[in-house]
Amino acid sequence: MRFLETSPKVKPATDGLKIAVCLKQVPKGEHLQIDPVRKTLKREGVESEINPADRNAVELALQLKDEHGGEIIALSMGPPTFVRSLETAIGMGVDRAVLLSDRALAGSDTSPTSYALAETITRFGRSGLIICGEETSDSSTGHVGPGIAGHLDIPQITYVIDAKVKDGKIIAQRAVEFGFEFWEASLPALLTVKFGCNRPREPTLTRKIKAKRGNVIQIWSARDAALDTSRLGLEGSPTVVSEIETVDLPSRRGEVFTGDTKETVSKLLNRLKESGFIRG
Amino acid sequence: MAEKEYNGIMVFLEHRKNMLRNASIQLVGEGRRLADLLNIELSGALLGKGLVALAQEAIQYGLDKVHLVEHELLRDYAPRPYATALAELVDRRKPEALLFGATMNGREVAGRLHAYIHTGLAADCTAFDVTEDGYIEMIRPAFGGKSLAHILCKKTKPQMASARPNVFPAPEKDVNRKGEIVREMVQLTEKDVDTKCLSVVEYESEAEILSRAEIILSGGYGLKKKENFALLEELAELLHGVVGASRKVVDIGWFPRERQIGQTGKTVRPRLYFAIGISGAVQHLAGMERSEKIVAINSDPSSSIFEIADYGIVGNMLEVLPEMIRQLKEMQQEAGQSSS
Amino acid sequence: MDEFEVVIIGAGPAGSCAAYRLAREGFNVLLVERANTPGSKNVFGGRIYSYPLTGIFPDFWKEAPIERYVTQENMVFMTESNSVTMKFDSSSPEGVSAQSFTVLREKFDSWLAKKAQDAGALLITGTRVDDLYWENGRIAGIVAGPDTVRGNVVIGADGVVSTFAQKAGLRRELTAKELSVAVKQTIKLPEETIEDRFNLSKREGAAYGFVGYASGYLRGGGFLYTNKDTVSLGVVVSAEDLALRKKEIFEIMEDFKLHPSIQKLVRGGEVIEYSAHMIPEMGINTLPALFKDNFLAVGDAGGLLINHGYTYRGVDLAMISGVSAAEAIVQARQKGDYSKMGLSAYPEILRKKGVMKDMVAFRRTPRFLQNARLFTAYPRMVCDFFDRLYTVDGKGKEKVFDIGKKEILGKVSIFKMLRDMLGGFKSV
Ligand SMILES: Cc1cc2nc3c(=O)[nH]c(=O)nc-3n(C[C@H](O)[C@H](O)[C@H](O)COP(=O)(O)OP(=O)(O)OC[C@H]3O[C@@H](n4cnc5c(N)ncnc54)[C@H](O)[C@@H]3O)c2cc1C
Ligand SMILES: Cc1cc2nc3c(=O)[nH]c(=O)nc-3n(C[C@H](O)[C@H](O)[C@H](O)COP(=O)(O)OP(=O)(O)OC[C@H]3O[C@@H](n4cnc5c(N)ncnc54)[C@H](O)[C@@H]3O)c2cc1C
Ligand SMILES: Nc1ncnc2c1ncn2[C@@H]1O[C@H](COP(=O)(O)O)[C@@H](O)[C@H]1O
Repeated sequence: MRFLETSPKVKPATDGLKIAVCLKQVPKGEHLQIDPVRKTLKREGVESEINPADRNAVELALQLKDEHGGEIIALSMGPPTFVRSLETAIGMGVDRAVLLSDRALAGSDTSPTSYALAETITRFGRSGLIICGEETSDSSTGHVGPGIAGHLDIPQITYVIDAKVKDGKIIAQRAVEFGFEFWEASLPALLTVKFGCNRPREPTLTRKIKAKRGNVIQIWSARDAALDTSRLGLEGSPTVVSEIETVDLPSRRGEVFTGDTKETVSKLLNRLKESGFIRG
Repeated sequence: MAEKEYNGIMVFLEHRKNMLRNASIQLVGEGRRLADLLNIELSGALLGKGLVALAQEAIQYGLDKVHLVEHELLRDYAPRPYATALAELVDRRKPEALLFGATMNGREVAGRLHAYIHTGLAADCTAFDVTEDGYIEMIRPAFGGKSLAHILCKKTKPQMASARPNVFPAPEKDVNRKGEIVREMVQLTEKDVDTKCLSVVEYESEAEILSRAEIILSGGYGLKKKENFALLEELAELLHGVVGASRKVVDIGWFPRERQIGQTGKTVRPRLYFAIGISGAVQHLAGMERSEKIVAINSDPSSSIFEIADYGIVGNMLEVLPEMIRQLKEMQQEAGQSSS
Repeated sequence: MDEFEVVIIGAGPAGSCAAYRLAREGFNVLLVERANTPGSKNVFGGRIYSYPLTGIFPDFWKEAPIERYVTQENMVFMTESNSVTMKFDSSSPEGVSAQSFTVLREKFDSWLAKKAQDAGALLITGTRVDDLYWENGRIAGIVAGPDTVRGNVVIGADGVVSTFAQKAGLRRELTAKELSVAVKQTIKLPEETIEDRFNLSKREGAAYGFVGYASGYLRGGGFLYTNKDTVSLGVVVSAEDLALRKKEIFEIMEDFKLHPSIQKLVRGGEVIEYSAHMIPEMGINTLPALFKDNFLAVGDAGGLLINHGYTYRGVDLAMISGVSAAEAIVQARQKGDYSKMGLSAYPEILRKKGVMKDMVAFRRTPRFLQNARLFTAYPRMVCDFFDRLYTVDGKGKEKVFDIGKKEILGKVSIFKMLRDMLGGFKSV
């Protein structure tokens, strides 16, 4: 497996589990509304956060580390502002982080992204596990995780909600449309983690201080990661976005009834009767 | 022209328990439309073991041809052997486009495959079109559904895309339709099977209920507590509907996960959808905005759910639902009396 | 355990200015803020006085995120149907010499925090400090979640309901009687619309105070400030009155907003932010002790804010007090003494910078504001007065003096009253 053969730039962990977690910083996605009861809620401003599912990925990695020891390295690819999310990850308990940041990466679609992340992880030396989120809230493809596994040609288990490491193997519970599946793979392997499957721990103050001044976040250029730049960015992306059209939600705002409950309900039921949903 | 080396559209046919999955059937329908527009062949890629009957059935939905890849090591689905076999098939048959249902397996195998064969992959498309110069325009929601991105893949072949389930209508089966079944050999060894499914816990019947339901009543955080779902159940019974839920209430354990509707839950398109105490976050809308008629019940008139509702009641669901149950019972009683 | 020379709780104007000043002196400073972005949770009307800034950042007007320079002051007496506006135009030029300007707190506080950070302070956001850390009966740091961080000096800059001034034993808990409730909407309007409606040119801004109907005739009032392309509109009402009259602050706000005089100004705007806050009715009389061994309270946490009933002033005092506390700590370091003794220069510096003078000048304000008539009878009288004055109903015009006499309520003459109100207004 290529993954194991690459000459390690970083000293391999001799004991415990070495885990690489891939995380992306995304604009806060929740649909914001004005809530007079709570405090300040805004629709404006481009606050960003760790991709929600990636926080679950970090948490799963931390749980595995709590049990088996070892080291967790967070990896993100994006502009320098992404450092903020890596700081959060360090604040949660991740040991160190690498931000892959280079103009050459701008405009990458899932193909160069998985290539770049995969290659960079090999520079970390031996890793037992690579953990990604199931999908990002801004591009929501869910293809980067399997893409990384494909590049490295290591086992993948996706949509994982829980995982255990035992005897050099990973056993993971996978949530699928019709239920759950339990899968097994040998290490190293890649997992993608389902959003909401666990409760990510909050960053703590001392760990945040460490993130800020502990020299634990490195910024790598494409060259530092020894990437083939012709395979990166816009140029290296097979797909192009030819057009973006904004969709105003299929605005069908129809009749909204307000006032006395008895009346509003009766109006609604009449409408449903007219359209044949209820008889009588 | 080197380009012409690639031809036809190929659809990855997913199956489970000896049945084609709905997402694949829907995709055959959409694939047919595109192939006809481009005047090219539509084929299916069917991987597994003992699947001749399924191949026939797939043709009846509108395929010209099925590439049947049968191998003992493909009997049970696993991402690596499937991606490996598909890579070999693509290399041999060179389809111009390769489409997957954006199911969990569909996405994971497509994601892996696009890294194997170094081509572009558009995820979770909700519409397709063809360009004047014969490419497929892959259209998908972006930025949480606030916009639609049109994606083209002109540099590499095949053009790959996954398509969101339950967006495209399933085609009618034509039992007289004939097509070719091409048996394909692939090289696989035990070492290719690097993950193993140990066991499956199913709740298929449960989940299917949602996709078949004509009327769905979904409850959200506005229900205030778990116990209030009883009101929804009661109403559902009166209306012959089934109950669904928003992610928030699923996350806090008020309702089972398999009934979650939205981007990370089920996509449904019932004839009538009730959103009760649901704010209308884009991620929820992604799963239900295609419903034929939408009714919103929410105490906050500025809730965005009203923007997509055909009918809405601004009110406290704790007052509205009991009143609705009361009036419905009354109507049914009257109806019962007049018919007897 | 991490250790810092100074740990500051809260990156509002007070905390950030203290951190900035200390970091510039080479102190190892930790600044901890609960919000993810400094200022994002801070509610306020929208106007800051320039003078403290010129002292701290001489070039502030070139770099601070200023929305508009206030060149127009309005005082509005309001009944449900009428309003009387007193307007002062002070076309003061922009830049350093401008008296006051409007800001959006998220931008402004983030800018200040960035200044502190650039000077070398370590800013940690998104962390709520839970407690003070004590050692041998002395404050020796802070506790946040599972973590303790030591500091030789801790500065409580956590704002108006300061739990840390209380925890340090400088201040008792406030009672409902001493609290007001404030709500504010930020309303988006095109820049040109704002300039048209308020009769402003580019960068010029307007400030409004409203009494009477604005607060539903309860103690309190309304305010409005123009920003670049938003308007801040809010009301402040005594919590006690709200409870007594069983009124909801949100209803009062809605009524206020629907008043024709307000509608004229905000019509067509989109509400992009809605916030609520509690504010104490403090004045110099309730001013707590400001410091003790290893601890100082600055800004609102130290009770350094001035309450006008319908609007508050505190950002300027917060900034000056932050810098004053920092200067006191610098002196304490020279003496190698962070005890109360060592920090005792703090009030002296505050006095020198004029903070105490302002506070004393407003000594009586809170008591003056206890007078409910100010908010009920007076606005109505003023409006009725002008209503009569301008009503031509064929009965012949009365003399102004006669109208005034008729409108006299109790023993207060309208002229005296007007002077009262004007006096209150001028000190805004
Ligand atoms: C990556 C990602 C994926 C997601 N996937 C999904 C998904 O698949 N499905 C999904 O649903 N969400 C999903 N979400 C979450 C989504 O963003 C929202 O948080 C969620 O939909 C909110 O659920 P809600 O409407 O029930 O709750 P809230 O947003 O809290 O809304 C509650 C509503 O109830 C109303 N209400 C309150 N009291 C009453 C009352 N007494 N009577 C009537 N109405 C009342 C309120 O006005 C409010 O509108 C996802 C989020 C992310 C980040
Ligand atoms: C409605 C209203 C209108 C006003 N209008 C004006 C005006 O027009 N002009 C003016 O000059 N002043 C005005 N004020 C007053 C002004 O807002 C305050 O005086 C000023 O913000 C005080 O600054 P500060 O730094 O002391 O406190 P704050 O600005 O309140 O900052 C305190 C900071 O501490 C943080 N914090 C609190 N607790 C913790 C904790 N446990 N851990 C970590 N961080 C914590 C908070 O998040 C906040 O960022 C107004 C106030 C109100 C309520
Ligand atoms: N730029 C990136 N940097 C690091 N990880 C990423 C990046 N993009 C995607 N990922 C990982 O891949 C997962 C799936 O992303 P996507 O395929 O974009 O939906 C995410 O949850 C991350 O774990």
